[in-house]
Amino acid sequence: MMRLEKRPQPSRFFAYATPVLAVLATFVFGGLLFATLGKDPVQSILTIFWEPIFGEFAYFYRPQLLIKGAPLVLIAIGLSLGFKAGIWNIGAEGQYIIGALFGAGVGLAFYPVESFLIFPAMVLAGAFGGWIWAMIPALLKVRFGTNEILVSLMLVYVAEQFLASMSLGLLKNPEGFGFPGSRNLQQYASAHNAEIITGSGMHWGVVAALIAVIFAYVLLTRHRLGFAVRVTGEAPRAARFAGVNPSRLILFCLGTSGMLAGLAGLFEVAGPAGQVSIDFNVGYGFTAIIVAFLGRLHPIGIVLAGLLMALTYIGGDIAQSQLGLPAAAIQVFQGMLLFFLLALDLFTNYRLRFGRAETA
Amino acid sequence: MTPLLSLRGLTKAYPGVVANDNVSLDIAPGEVHALLGENGAGKSTLVKMIYGLVKPDQGDMQMHGAAFAPSEPRAARAAGVGMVFQHFSLFDALTVAENIALGMENAPRLRDLAQRIREVSDTYGLPLAPDRIVGDLSAGERQRVEIIRCLLQDPKLLIMDEPTSVLTPQEVEILFETLRKLSAEGTAILYISHKLEEIRTLCDAATILRLGKVVGECIPRETTARDMAEMMVGKVLGTPTRAGVAPGETVLALQNLSLPSPSAFGMPLRDISLDLRQGEVLGIGGVAGNGQDELLAALSGETTAPAGMVTFKGQDIGTLGPNARRALGVLAAPEERLGHAAAPDMSLTENAMLTGAAREGLERRGFLDWPAAHSFAERIIQAFDVRTPGPGNAARSLSGGNLQKFVIGREVLQRPEVLVVNQPTWGVDASAAAAIRQALLDLAEGGASVIVISQDLDELMEIADRFAALNEGRLSEPQPTGGLSVEQIGLMMGGAHGMEVAHV
Amino acid sequence: MDLSVINPILLTAALMSAATPILLAATGELVVERAGVLNLGVEGMMILGAICGFAIAVETGSPLTGFLAAAVGGAVLSLLFALLTQVALANQVASGLALTLFGLGLSALLGQGYVGIKPPRMPDVNFGFLADIPIIGPILFSHDPVLYLGVLLVAAVWATLKFTRIGLILRAVGENHDAAHALGYKVVRIRTLAIMFGGACAGMGGAYISLIRVPQWTEGMTAGVGWIALALVVFASWKPWRVLLGAYLFGGITQLQLNLQGAGVAIPVEYLAMSPYIITIVVLVILSADKSAAPGSLGRTFHASH
Repeated sequence: MMRLEKRPQPSRFFAYATPVLAVLATFVFGGLLFATLGKDPVQSILTIFWEPIFGEFAYFYRPQLLIKGAPLVLIAIGLSLGFKAGIWNIGAEGQYIIGALFGAGVGLAFYPVESFLIFPAMVLAGAFGGWIWAMIPALLKVRFGTNEILVSLMLVYVAEQFLASMSLGLLKNPEGFGFPGSRNLQQYASAHNAEIITGSGMHWGVVAALIAVIFAYVLLTRHRLGFAVRVTGEAPRAARFAGVNPSRLILFCLGTSGMLAGLAGLFEVAGPAGQVSIDFNVGYGFTAIIVAFLGRLHPIGIVLAGLLMALTYIGGDIAQSQLGLPAAAIQVFQGMLLFFLLALDLFTNYRLRFGRAETA
Repeated sequence: MTPLLSLRGLTKAYPGVVANDNVSLDIAPGEVHALLGENGAGKSTLVKMIYGLVKPDQGDMQMHGAAFAPSEPRAARAAGVGMVFQHFSLFDALTVAENIALGMENAPRLRDLAQRIREVSDTYGLPLAPDRIVGDLSAGERQRVEIIRCLLQDPKLLIMDEPTSVLTPQEVEILFETLRKLSAEGTAILYISHKLEEIRTLCDAATILRLGKVVGECIPRETTARDMAEMMVGKVLGTPTRAGVAPGETVLALQNLSLPSPSAFGMPLRDISLDLRQGEVLGIGGVAGNGQDELLAALSGETTAPAGMVTFKGQDIGTLGPNARRALGVLAAPEERLGHAAAPDMSLTENAMLTGAAREGLERRGFLDWPAAHSFAERIIQAFDVRTPGPGNAARSLSGGNLQKFVIGREVLQRPEVLVVNQPTWGVDASAAAAIRQALLDLAEGGASVIVISQDLDELMEIADRFAALNEGRLSEPQPTGGLSVEQIGLMMGGAHGMEVAHV
Repeated sequence: MDLSVINPILLTAALMSAATPILLAATGELVVERAGVLNLGVEGMMILGAICGFAIAVETGSPLTGFLAAAVGGAVLSLLFALLTQVALANQVASGLALTLFGLGLSALLGQGYVGIKPPRMPDVNFGFLADIPIIGPILFSHDPVLYLGVLLVAAVWATLKFTRIGLILRAVGENHDAAHALGYKVVRIRTLAIMFGGACAGMGGAYISLIRVPQWTEGMTAGVGWIALALVVFASWKPWRVLLGAYLFGGITQLQLNLQGAGVAIPVEYLAMSPYIITIVVLVILSADKSAAPGSLGRTFHASH
């Protein structure tokens, strides 16, 4: 009979091995899934994972890794701070949207003026937008003890409605021939989040993501606040004993993750997406949750996980056009990855013991 | 006469430790049999085997001469064995009747059950209203729920695991009356405890375990407590030394401290006043659940108080949080080692940083100095003989006694002016407990002031200069410990909670 | 703007129908949470139930079989959640989210061939002349069987929790899983059964949307209703009859805003569409005070460690 026994020390081996094992398990089961859909499993996996990096058109796809990976990493870093402390921001998608709306709104307000100050103003506005949208669940939690999962999630749906309303109303392009959507920011030089090195996919969002990673790493390992986050997540009573102020921590974690999500939204709307439209948001806020867990809530892990997820998106697109693989299959694949990760994580803290059943 | 229960050669081993080694004992019907031993002696494992929670590796058991090998508690209960655990399995949000129903095999309908509960509680002097919510009951009343739950199943053998740790002296006497009545009716009682005087009062026979083996049997009435203690521990005990110090100025004062309970089932603090003088050890006794955790939280700063209620050297610190109080020299060590005093999954170095940052210079402008925390942790391990491979080990990997030494040592080494500890030696082996008590005394001798909150009256009588009792959130007037009698202490602790003597 | 087109009788009847999916899912989740488990995967289970129910109903021509299939589908998906949280001891919040994402993806995949198809209709229960009574008739006696099932379910859950032994044991497990384990109750088994019950209910709730409410299949058609169901359990303070009340309230608001849109009210469509979610937040805040009613072990991982 198998029993689970708690390890005296968390296993360092498994802490690193779990994500790798999860990816491998997903390859196997994902392959099976593709086979049942009538696609060659090996070819599908190769198309998704190999093609974008080493294939024929890799020069085109590799920059896409940065473009798709940056918002994921940026949002996930913010989320990981909260998750580590047991504060669950599930509404990053909404904060992303509001950040984009605030940022684009500021940019469009200045049109057609050209100035190097406009873009920084947009960045600040985007950060502020995301921050304030996250402050709603934060303040409600601190003041009334309301569950932040539900509030932040409800606000996603509200944000989506705001997006629709803005696309059709306030921010609509007056010269757009009546089509919904705002002016294209890619054509407005001062507002455009252009590539810093042409052809590399590296725009200001990528830079921001890198800065966020470094910031989070230093915070978590060397700063009092990072320590507070870690202790609160592992032993809340011990955190109170250590003098951590739970309210301030909630405000900090939710606020920071909202701010980062808002920034991601701004960089996206001023860059790769280009305009405010009804279907502007593509689910980065939710995928970032997977990225955060896949990266084991660790800054470096999140970078790797973000790139991996970006790879599945890009590879998934290729597979869709080349092999006819349905888009939903990739979503299932991503969900599977999270499942395996959560299940295998068990072994970090527990080991299997084979022996007679005894309850002692 | 065939014994009711007969254990022969019971052995049980776990990886790294032999919990029970060839244990044999007999219990006659109606006998009150004590099982004595230190923490880790194997008492719990032995009774778990009798109750069907654990299967012995070797040996056998017999009940009334017939083979007895319960595979689960249900089988043991069916055979007539009832057990009242030290840690109650009760559901705070449910009623007394519902709780009892959950612990029974074939529970009758709730209305009938309520009637039976009333009958049993009257007969045995344990009044209990079936429709009360368990979370509202005192610790002694909660124990009554557990006992009645067992009695309703007509046990032939009743096992009681450390029953008096939650009772006032008067309640202990009433419990003993109940047990004597049961014994007279033919129910045998297996009484696990390390409280020697109680065992001498109540029990007919005693078996003493040490490190899993039976090291002695005796008739408690004919043996001195000291002899029993030495059999338990295996060596001659030394008592902590305390040079009497004349206490100085008032260092910490509580004035009419009243705080609501932070949680639904907690205890509010009511109008507590005390003054702690420099160099003294103040003992605060009381059974669990009377406000100990809440008092510690008020002193450590986890709960803040309105102005004027808590002053340190004349300064009002009521509104200050834990770290501000640490900077001033007011330190605390809570009861719960894993989860409150220390984070279980974090290393000893990180746990040293948890409270030591302020006074040991481990933090500079928000940035943490991990090498310094590491050496602080090493100093604690050295000074307090904490058995662990190193400061990088997780707190949960330490044994209870070693972790407690670390937790107390961490605060002691920070040179506090005032140290408040809650249950400092609970669940700790004898030598570690002695070391901790000595450390507290040394601290006081060095000029610091210590408040020891403890359920262990023996401990308080040993190390405290003055004694006060915490009862239902109220603190009695502190008295000098020398010369206090058990009756006086019991009265200070609030007497019995509405209990009557058993109707014989 | 013409408010007279809004008929209060039809509105009431419609809101009962709108409330049913949430009611089913929330009642199931209530049982799960009373057992001490927080399953955030309700949305995933609902949408999977929606496609399972739809697909089987179309294939077999029987909406009833569809509903059964939906219940099975939801229960099977919830089994994955049970495996993760009860056996692999994974964090309940993350596992629930994984379930939702997986369910959304899987349902989209399964639903590939069913877009645009009309499912077989489920006829209303025939109450004969009762349905012709003015006012009461359309409100109480003109609905499909599943709606009545929803109300019966609430009553059954209430009675079971309050009066039966199994209900008592479930509540005990949710209050204090360590004590329940010490008393010999199989915590993992009871929780897994509760989780599967919740999955079955959520599945049926989803199928109600795809087979009766809309009735059609579209990707992501549950549109967050699963999350509303979760909120509902909280602001019902884990009491079954309050779930009914809350579901009707939410159903009422949803229906009302649709009617207002149709009446040409001067508020932009998007703001009306937001209103149910905002009102959910407001009610959550107001009722957050009743935290003490939460089951004691809610969300905490159980491992029999000794």
